[in-house]
Amino acid sequence: MPADPPSGGALTREDVAHLAGLARIDLTAAELDHLAPQLAVILESVAKVAEVAHGDVPATSHPLPLSNVFRSDDVRPGLTAEEALANAPEVEQQRFSVPRILGADE
Amino acid sequence: MDDTIRASAADLAAAMQAGEMSSVEITQAQLDRIAEVDGDLHAFLHVDADGALATAKRVDDARAAGEAVAALAGVPIAIKDVVVTRGLPTTCGSHILEGWIPPYDATIVTRLRQAGLPILGKTNMDELAMGSSTEHSAYGPSRNPWDLGRIPGGSGGGSAAAVASHQAPLAIGTDTGGSIRQPAAVTGTVGAKPTYGGVSRYGLIALASSLDQAGPVARTVLDAAMLHELLGGHDPLDSTSLDAPVPALVDAVRDADVAGLRVGVVRELGGEGYQRGVRARFDEVVGLLTDAGAEVTEVSCPHFDYALAAYYLILPSEASSNLAKFDAMRYGLRVPPDGVADPSAEQVMAATRAAGFGDEVKRRIILGTYALSSGYYDAYYGSAQKVRTLIQRDFAAAFDQADVLLSPTAPTTAFRFGEKLDDPVAMYLNDIATIPANLAGVPGISVPSGLADEDGLPTGVQVLAPARADDRVYRVGAVIEALLVERWGGTLLARAPSVTGTR
Repeated sequence: MPADPPSGGALTREDVAHLAGLARIDLTAAELDHLAPQLAVILESVAKVAEVAHGDVPATSHPLPLSNVFRSDDVRPGLTAEEALANAPEVEQQRFSVPRILGADE
Repeated sequence: MDDTIRASAADLAAAMQAGEMSSVEITQAQLDRIAEVDGDLHAFLHVDADGALATAKRVDDARAAGEAVAALAGVPIAIKDVVVTRGLPTTCGSHILEGWIPPYDATIVTRLRQAGLPILGKTNMDELAMGSSTEHSAYGPSRNPWDLGRIPGGSGGGSAAAVASHQAPLAIGTDTGGSIRQPAAVTGTVGAKPTYGGVSRYGLIALASSLDQAGPVARTVLDAAMLHELLGGHDPLDSTSLDAPVPALVDAVRDADVAGLRVGVVRELGGEGYQRGVRARFDEVVGLLTDAGAEVTEVSCPHFDYALAAYYLILPSEASSNLAKFDAMRYGLRVPPDGVADPSAEQVMAATRAAGFGDEVKRRIILGTYALSSGYYDAYYGSAQKVRTLIQRDFAAAFDQADVLLSPTAPTTAFRFGEKLDDPVAMYLNDIATIPANLAGVPGISVPSGLADEDGLPTGVQVLAPARADDRVYRVGAVIEALLVERWGGTLLARAPSVTGTR
């Protein structure tokens, strides 16, 4: 598994374009020009975590130790269909109406 | 009217209890103040005059009928727009949620409503709580009442500006890396971040779920304690909520004393990179606490030097995941891509997020996507989680030597608009002293420490305590406040230039 950033340490414009695609954000060419160098600088400054993150240090995902909790399975009032749909961009037959989710030949 | 809007929440509550004032009078005075000055300050994104007055009248009627009411019943409050409010627009400072009217209340809003606090409106913030200045708000920045050309801090700059400019006696903030404490410091107000899990997160629009915590914004430590007690406590709707009673915070303020208390000054949160006037005011506070009988020592937390780096990996990672919910399907903005006939859901999602998110949100989502991507996860996110362990160990060792830790809240006073807007790393440095507490989940408070000599702007001192010992930050915060108010012969805010709405 590669531990180094791509392209010898710097995040390139192409990397940023690829990541934006994964994150489902269309970036214009001007945005790529603007954001890519900034992201490279940020990444360079945060990479210092590797200096002290040695193998024998356990990872912490949460500020306080927690165990999973269950609540009792009681019925309580939820949203009505009208309330749930009230903010929808598009509604059809009391359902969320969404763009097509498959390609033309899928 | 001027006395009413300048009164503390505790004094307003007492005046209502004594029958000297009504909540309708108080609420109307605050609404008049908002109408007078918020054109200049832009602390609010939405004002709900009718709703606030209706709540005020209900509380007045209940009191008149002799019903028992909560301690803060009838005291108006402003709510940061990251908190969902049934029937009130909630944008989180983003175009992606423009026009959204939540169908439910956050647990803390339910508690405010049950206690009868009139909700004045929703306050401005950096988009999706990402920022230290409110300059990243999609709706334009809020202004600092001490100097309208400067930032009020962020992300909760709207709440801090509202309280500092006497538009509201109380407000709600949220603090993921300092967004309650840093705005408090730069506006001369009080803000507290509770122990992680001490206040419910249900109904907060999540930024980084392992770091986010809601808390009180106020002008006095006592007011903050009263509000914190109301907000806090176990919530079954938040699985990370602590199942423990809220510590006795108001009692801690009322019998505040630091004699014999061990106070640790954190070596790594001071010195180089901290403005001269910030350091001078901090040193004075240390001197006052020593004179008051505290045992002050220096403690070292060597891994705090890595906190900012760890934070800017953990936060974007969690945010990139949390914000995937903005997919243009069930609520929020939906923008079709240009020039695409019959676009797919994926294309609509990408076009919507392009139009709905600002630069800082895009930066952080992309950074988080990278840090979590296969092949880089161990080097970035994994390493940041190890640093989190090291920071927690530093806190544990420091709290062996000291009951509370002390540092400046922010390294500088309020800066001018635009100074750091396009230099993300410079902007991130504003949170250098506040971030460690979020990584470890410990409570912290910021209390005004004075004005920097070089620019005459407010500075803040931060008190940190071990997890679940929130009472200690209030105890020490109250002592600092009392000693400084005595020394100044009045509150810091009394020295702020008057905002008159004539600008």
